[in-house]
Amino acid sequence: MTELTLTTERERPFDPPDAYTRIRQQAAVHPMTYADGHLGWLVTGYAAARAVLADPRFSNRPELMHPPLPSRIELAEEVREQQFKVPPGFFLRMDAPEHTRFRKLLTGQFTVRRMKQLEPRIQEIAESCLDAMEAAGPPVDLVSAFALPIPSLVICELLGVPYEDRAQFQDDSKILVNLETKAEDAIGALGRISAYLYGLIQRKRAEPEDDLLSGLVAGGELNDEELTGVAVLLLIAGHETTANMLGLGTYALLTNPDQLAAMRDDPALVDNGVEELLRYLTIIHLGPIRTALEDVEIEGHLIRKGDAVTLHLPVVNRDPAKFPGADRLDVTREATGHLTFGHGIHQCLGQQLARAEMRIGYSALLRRLPGLRLAVPPEEVPMRSDMSIYGVHRLPVTW
Amino acid sequence: MKIEANATLCIGAGMCALTVPQVFDQSEDEGTVVLLQQAPSADLEEAVRRAVNLCPSGAISVV
Repeated sequence: MTELTLTTERERPFDPPDAYTRIRQQAAVHPMTYADGHLGWLVTGYAAARAVLADPRFSNRPELMHPPLPSRIELAEEVREQQFKVPPGFFLRMDAPEHTRFRKLLTGQFTVRRMKQLEPRIQEIAESCLDAMEAAGPPVDLVSAFALPIPSLVICELLGVPYEDRAQFQDDSKILVNLETKAEDAIGALGRISAYLYGLIQRKRAEPEDDLLSGLVAGGELNDEELTGVAVLLLIAGHETTANMLGLGTYALLTNPDQLAAMRDDPALVDNGVEELLRYLTIIHLGPIRTALEDVEIEGHLIRKGDAVTLHLPVVNRDPAKFPGADRLDVTREATGHLTFGHGIHQCLGQQLARAEMRIGYSALLRRLPGLRLAVPPEEVPMRSDMSIYGVHRLPVTW
Repeated sequence: MKIEANATLCIGAGMCALTVPQVFDQSEDEGTVVLLQQAPSADLEEAVRRAVNLCPSGAISVV
């Protein structure tokens, strides 16, 4: 048997790499060699992935992590040697109970009800993006005209980050999620984005406004370094996720015209269509990665203390044991239960916001531009295989 | 059917409130689970069980 390693290169834009699908057909849990030589694991089965994500014996702490990709070896070393410091307050990379302290301060801001209250504003933003596209006329890059500005504006307004400063953080956010970024460049980007948000937090302390960051400052539970870490996490997470779902999702719909028509013709299908696109596209194509804190048995495999475990969510979400006919995009299927937002204590804090943005974004796009189509042959759409979050770099469209 | 909710385990993902808003809500300050009814009618049982399965932190259960 040849040694299993990780790659983000795919044979087809919407399907996970075939090698990992074949592996899932053999076993849900498989030994995998990490880029630093560590022999760890790759999880490709749905039930096994859910079990790992829900189990507190698997840690998310960065200093324990082994890099699955060669391009990340240097960065992993810098993390271990504390040259690249995950900011205090970057609670995604903490275990309970430290993680709990931060998450509890934020969950009230992202409830289903709060997100419902944001819907009219999200609608306004989506319509104004479409107004600008119509005024400019086709062809247009849907990513820069629609998919990125909607979540970017929404997260900026929610956090209280001036949108006109976006040049100061959008590029750095991109550098941080680029898999080819050298360690020193990642350190630089994190430094700049942290310095910018640290300064912003000082301003919120002096002149509070009606926004999430001002609220956290006023709450007094976190120091300025922790507040900065929280802000960095939420700003990056708000930019790199929904934007890619809107871009890649539109590409998927345009190449599956029957599914596009179904979603456009029956607005009641949009909620379910969003869940199915989340499942089918699974833009989190690298990790999550966990480290066992003690020996754990998962589906008959003994995972030893210190072993790294990478969950291949795109393959996991195509597990036919959970989703029959999983390789087909079907906006009418029962798609809930997908692990695109994760599972366990780290499940996406902003998932209800993401759902609202997608529901409103796709609906407005399909309603306003019924003649929407690709402006280039499908194979020319540049894919984000080089980024830790999958999607399209650009999506040239016409109508 | 009787439901139990544990707000200490809850991480405020909102899946229960999204799935069965007649039964589950989220508190205003912490966003953690609030039970609107402890013993909902039988026609809600399937949806409640789906919500229990979707909960990422095991904070709700049918007893």
